[in-house]
Amino acid sequence: MKHHVTTTVNGDEVEFLCSTEQTLLDCLRDELDLTGAKEGCGSGDCGACSVLVDGRLVCSCLVLGVEVSGKKIETIEGMAKGDELHPLQRKFLEHAALQCGICTPGVLVAAKSLLEKNPDPTETEVRYWLAGNLCRCTGYDKIIRAVMDAAAEMRGA
Amino acid sequence: MRYESPDTLEAAAKMLAAESGDARVLAGGTDLLVQIRSEILSPALVVDIKKIAETRTVSEEKGGFRIGAAVAGAELKEHAKLKKAWPGLVEAANLIGSTQVQGRCSLGGNLCNGSPAADSVPALIAAGAVASIVGPNGRRELKVEDVMLAPRKLALTKGEIIASFFLPARPAHASDAYLRFIPRTEMDIAVVGCAVSLVLDASGTCTAARVGLGAVAARPLLVEDAGKALVGTKVDEAALEKAAAAARAACKPIDDKRGTIEFRTDVAGVLTKRTALIALERARKA
Repeated sequence: MKHHVTTTVNGDEVEFLCSTEQTLLDCLRDELDLTGAKEGCGSGDCGACSVLVDGRLVCSCLVLGVEVSGKKIETIEGMAKGDELHPLQRKFLEHAALQCGICTPGVLVAAKSLLEKNPDPTETEVRYWLAGNLCRCTGYDKIIRAVMDAAAEMRGA
Repeated sequence: MRYESPDTLEAAAKMLAAESGDARVLAGGTDLLVQIRSEILSPALVVDIKKIAETRTVSEEKGGFRIGAAVAGAELKEHAKLKKAWPGLVEAANLIGSTQVQGRCSLGGNLCNGSPAADSVPALIAAGAVASIVGPNGRRELKVEDVMLAPRKLALTKGEIIASFFLPARPAHASDAYLRFIPRTEMDIAVVGCAVSLVLDASGTCTAARVGLGAVAARPLLVEDAGKALVGTKVDEAALEKAAAAARAACKPIDDKRGTIEFRTDVAGVLTKRTALIALERARKA
């Protein structure tokens, strides 16, 4: 049996059909062609599939597609405004805070959610907030520096 | 696999009871969906309880709190009054998984997943929390320490759902704390978890104490003798050593890759002392 789901993704109302077994990540990628969220582990350990559901940061691999009916989803695809990158995206490029890029959408979505709650985090707070976003290339230091720098710029510091 | 999301507990209980195959409750899904995906579970029916108001609400009741079984860890952390009254419970719940997992994981799920190492369960036990359970034959209450029987085995019958937890009113000079041992700083499963809840009188003498231990037996434990060792004392070194000895005596751990029997037993004593000291410091200021 297929479920008919109506939801809002990055401000646009969308609808899709999904089976019960399909996760939100499956629905974003396979039904809505939004392939920014990545599948790393599929068990909530790596954070590559991070999205916001009603403003709450979650792993989209641990949410069923059918659960998000009537909810507000935000993904990496909604982060840049047209050609204008979000400050976090710009700082990730400036600091070379990525290599292969698989973890990057999840890290950016998670970091944006942190800065919305806490515009002036300490380095320790950033590291703990991002503990569920695994990166196998950069060793994290550049990611942390990019987030701290973006936070400073966004505060107007 | 069918999916239902009823808006009453009675309807949810009926659906679960009527299903002839395996039927599972879905709260945050951070354990259930992993187990379905890895084919440890293949339920015929999943009942999402998050459209039921009681499971998603934190409310004040009789001077204490009622916490919905499906309220997410991140929501508990943002509840200032709850965090002030029960800082140990909130910190235990916030040790479950990552920020992303915190957005979904719940106290009800952490308990019903049936792991002896669940972080929030010793804290609920120390708090004296009572689970409110709704099933096809109505509602009943069960102390949290009596809910889990063994790994993956619960004292719930077919169709029963934990709807919420009641935490009793806090007198003055009362607080709690939770510590766990893991070999890293974040994102791991407790080798030993320990929660202590204390009440002091105006002179600083302990008048009530409960100690909960996780990951040292087939289920999370209430260690009554450890609590008794603290009552009537100023929670001094002698009392702490007695409580630690009681905690060690209660341990029936397994040997596994996370820790040996000897290590877990020793750490249970060490954590009982350290956790009690944090709870003491907080209770003095509360």
